Amino acid sequence: MNEIRLEAPFSREKLKELKAGDSVLITGTIYTARDEAHKRMVEMLRQGKKLPFDIRDALIYYAGPAPARPGQVIGSVGPTTSYRMDPYAPVLLDLGQAGMIGKGPRSPEVKEAIVRNGAVYFAAIGGAAALIARSVTAAEVIAFEDLGAEAIRKLTVKDFPVTVAIDSQGNDQYELGKIKYLNKNRE
Amino acid sequence: MRELHVDQITRVVAKLAEETNFFLGEDVCRRISLCREQEDWPVAGDILEKIEENIRIAGEERLPLCQDTGMACVFLEVGQDVHLTGGNLEDAVNEGVRKGYTEGFLRKSIVADPIRRGNTGDNTPAHVHYEIVPGDRVKVILAPKGFGSENMSRIKMFPPSAGAEGVKDFIVQCVEEAGANPCPPIVVGVGIGGTFDRAALMAKQALLVPLEEPHPDEFYAAMEEELLERINGLGIGPQGFGGRTTALAVKIKTFPTHIAGMPVAVNINCHVSRHGEVVL
Repeated sequence: MNEIRLEAPFSREKLKELKAGDSVLITGTIYTARDEAHKRMVEMLRQGKKLPFDIRDALIYYAGPAPARPGQVIGSVGPTTSYRMDPYAPVLLDLGQAGMIGKGPRSPEVKEAIVRNGAVYFAAIGGAAALIARSVTAAEVIAFEDLGAEAIRKLTVKDFPVTVAIDSQGNDQYELGKIKYLNKNRE
Repeated sequence: MRELHVDQITRVVAKLAEETNFFLGEDVCRRISLCREQEDWPVAGDILEKIEENIRIAGEERLPLCQDTGMACVFLEVGQDVHLTGGNLEDAVNEGVRKGYTEGFLRKSIVADPIRRGNTGDNTPAHVHYEIVPGDRVKVILAPKGFGSENMSRIKMFPPSAGAEGVKDFIVQCVEEAGANPCPPIVVGVGIGGTFDRAALMAKQALLVPLEEPHPDEFYAAMEEELLERINGLGIGPQGFGGRTTALAVKIKTFPTHIAGMPVAVNINCHVSRHGEVVL
């Protein structure tokens, strides 16, 4: 299994090279947004308002961190379950969002939007939140501060560990991994 | 009659809120490590290793194991010979949640209204379940429950004709449909019998049973084993990327039920299966 290093934001060409199941270490800027932030962003778009950050080529991390202790950059910050963002993701992907980090399978509509836009869906390890927090080097709330954990945060990450869950061609590791494992055991 | 000041409850709830979120029970740690040793799929083994590393980091640095520090589910077993003094018991529990979640830098995940939302800012209110028991002690159990797994829970009112096979198929189907969403490897809590609400309560209480302790009734102990085997044959694996380790354990609780019914509830917990207790 290859471990690939990527700098975010990244180009579509680089994303095209990623295959479902690849291990990737992401370095650069990503944005946290989960349920309520997605709802608000899509409402803002409907009202013709500008989003709180440039969605083009952006990587959104479905997460709501625990509060930072004094001297800490961020509290524990693992991924939240992605399907809850499925109703909102295609709109943002069509506006140029490069991808997202979360956990768990996505709807057919999100997969289609991923393929249509050459985007990628990454998975981080759910529940490994203290470990993941170590790869965050800076964090700043940039919108919806009233939402607390659900506010949009700009994170600077270094070697943030993820797996390619759905690649730009629509290959889905949640299906492939299980099939490969079961086939191996039948042999 | 023994008197107990409710401040004691506040203190214990606050302490448990922090400790359960930083340290995982030894039974859960042992199961994860056993599953890693038995895992025959490299990706799955790697993920279980990272999960163990996370447990180590969280414990050493007193950090939440998971950012979802949950809704505080509090089970109070109050001895009938105890007189609680100094204020309202449920207020004391909520004060403990407020204190623990604030001082422990735990995430505040509770909204004031299920439809209109709005974060309460201090993780209150807790979900409190009371039981009056013999004696003059008060047992406080706190289980922070994350909603990635809570959302994957199900309940079904079966007719008695469904039998053991119907019940088992439903439990396996719940786990299969949940797939990667509840952060496998999971713990499966099952409540069979009672009423609609009793089944759900038992499913949650089943998650409090030590993982290595089989059901006292051999019939259900065998069912737990069989279900674990079937679930770990689904191929979902840790985080849903394939592998043997889909569940760490299946725990069942039962209660007598009506001639017309057979309620079955399945409450799923993630690998961060947190709970702790103190007896006052």
